[in-house]
Amino acid sequence: MTTATTLKLNLGPQHPSTHGVLRLILELDGEKILSCEPDIGYLHRGMEKMAEGLTYIQYLPTVDRIDYLAGCFYSELLCRSVEKAMNVELSERVKTIRVILLELNRIASHLLWIGAFLMDLGAISPFFYAMREREMILRYFEKLTGQRMMYNYFVFGGVRSDIDYLEEIEEIIKILPSKIKDYEKIITDNPIFLRRTKGKGVLEQEVAFNNSITGVNLRASGINYDLRCSDYLYRDFDFSPVVLEGKDSWTRYKARILELKESLKIIGQGLEKLKSNEKFEQNLINPLTVKLPEGEYYNEIEAPRGLASIYIKSTGGDKPYRLKWRTGSYYSVNMLRHLLVGEYLNDAIAIAGSLDIILPEVDK
Amino acid sequence: MNYLYHLYMEFLANYNIPKLFGDITFYILPFCILALALLVVVLALVLIERKLLGWLTQRKGPNRVGLWGVLQTLADAFKLLIKENVTPDKADKFLFNLAPILVFIPAMTVLGIIPYSSEFSFVNTSTNVILYLILVAFPILSIFLGGWASNNKYSLLGGMRAVAQVLSYEIPITFVVLSVVTLASSMNMTGITLAQYSKTGLFGWFCFPCILGFIIMFICILAELNRCPFDLPEAESELICGYNTEYSGMRFALFYLTEYALLFVNAIFLSIMFLGGYLSPFGVYLSNLFCANMHTAQILVYFEQAFWLILKASLIIFVIIWIRATLPRLASFDLLKFSWAILLPLSILNLFAVVIYKFISGGAVCVLS
Repeated sequence: MTTATTLKLNLGPQHPSTHGVLRLILELDGEKILSCEPDIGYLHRGMEKMAEGLTYIQYLPTVDRIDYLAGCFYSELLCRSVEKAMNVELSERVKTIRVILLELNRIASHLLWIGAFLMDLGAISPFFYAMREREMILRYFEKLTGQRMMYNYFVFGGVRSDIDYLEEIEEIIKILPSKIKDYEKIITDNPIFLRRTKGKGVLEQEVAFNNSITGVNLRASGINYDLRCSDYLYRDFDFSPVVLEGKDSWTRYKARILELKESLKIIGQGLEKLKSNEKFEQNLINPLTVKLPEGEYYNEIEAPRGLASIYIKSTGGDKPYRLKWRTGSYYSVNMLRHLLVGEYLNDAIAIAGSLDIILPEVDK
Repeated sequence: MNYLYHLYMEFLANYNIPKLFGDITFYILPFCILALALLVVVLALVLIERKLLGWLTQRKGPNRVGLWGVLQTLADAFKLLIKENVTPDKADKFLFNLAPILVFIPAMTVLGIIPYSSEFSFVNTSTNVILYLILVAFPILSIFLGGWASNNKYSLLGGMRAVAQVLSYEIPITFVVLSVVTLASSMNMTGITLAQYSKTGLFGWFCFPCILGFIIMFICILAELNRCPFDLPEAESELICGYNTEYSGMRFALFYLTEYALLFVNAIFLSIMFLGGYLSPFGVYLSNLFCANMHTAQILVYFEQAFWLILKASLIIFVIIWIRATLPRLASFDLLKFSWAILLPLSILNLFAVVIYKFISGGAVCVLS
């Protein structure tokens, strides 16, 4: 309903703060948003259709690219589906290695979010500080896997090689808590930051629930739903999910900061486990003969941007008959439709930023 | 400027150059020097800002072109010069081309009315504070013009934000300037500078009796310059680049130049108003102290005065850059509310306080040159 007094604004697909190529069709009255219509698909690479033409091992290297900031989680999902379907048990050490790498990846992802969110709010320094710490993690991944983002480190039945350079992880978990303290000093109680995030973008429990919001966004609305609690990989780890009651942008920020600390705790426990269990054994599946028995397979995991899951329908061949991904950001993008209405343009950017939307993960 | 005039004529007479030539060039030359100096200042400011931001954010800043990257901004400026000037198809072409020129002229002009030293001020009118306020507020009109003529929605929003912002921050500035004028009993920048002279040096400066005004003015200058945390008109994460999104090449360079020229000018103005302008913070000029016997001592004093003024301005510029590295951006609604609901009442309060102070202290002795 465009009238002469309203302004229709295409925010994106090329825009500095849409974190990729999201297009928001906004209707503005002055700077007040009357309606918002997210338009996605500018980064669609056909990840799901592609799977139907590739064998499982051919498909495995590509799944990291679903979410370039947290690739491990998607490798893990595909590996897990194959392992469960073929009844392969992982050895204890491999499980621990996977948990450590997943959590490191989660930390890297959250750090980038903190930087990008503050960049959306107009503060430049936190971005570089967060990138500096993320760089330590990426350097470690580079050393271990040869890649900074698309690790392709998990394979069916195990990992590519035994974990190494543990002293670097120890260094990371030693340094990060003090750096997180620094972030909190410069960000958390900053009056301008508080004004722009407290009470902004309130996500009510019911709305979040009805729109399938998961992950930190849901937990910051006061719903205790963390898949890691029931995940078999995390069974022997002692941690508590971060659940906060605030429902607004600020709480989502705080929840991610707290989650960083939880992840560090998990990694610390993982390192202890590795030290007590030196024997590296794997139950590798020969990738050339992977055939999933006929049937449907569903697996899920707690990714940094919410619940990620994979659904595979197999007819018994060496390729999936149908493969479907479920990713967290996809549902967060949909929330923009409700959250942005009635806000001013520059608050809208802050709210959209607080939901942690990553476009490759939305479009797949 | 008599002293300088005689010096210049003497210099020309040594080389047998006619007096008429000297009479004409004496009034033109300073402006040419000033224009060149401005370019140097802007290039230096851009480099300093990038270097400082680099250090504040754990980076190195520009370090490839020239030694320590000193030629980086020169290279950037050269790149802008040789770039194509693109005019959008549906833009209002005349106004689109006019805006960068209109934004640049007042920023250049305002440099001429500033007293850099006791003898070195090109246009010295009795009320040049008012002239300054008008000239500095002028570029905002051109910014809106550019934003509107671009026929780009982001530019339009940026221009609108700029106008709303500058309008609401001009008023507290005017009140603060009024209180300074009351303190100094002068509307002339040289007069205001001299009114801050005292034997104790920096304790005579107006930033002490008028500390509230100093803080208000500093905040308002951030808003006037569209600097962080008031950088809404060109908020890159919201409006891409705000009003100058569509500009390229030399036209963009003019906007950029103006921005940094105004940063420099505003910092200078703030130091004149509150930090004693070109006065030495020790109450006595160092060159008078140490080089009093040399026959060029008077010239040295002028350079020292300019040095103090630029040093004070540099400190202010440093703080402004430091703030940019630290704070996030304000919300647009808060921005206006902050000015009208907090700064404006405070600045009026400040004016009252200053008037009472002036009444009690029996009126400061006004020393006009």
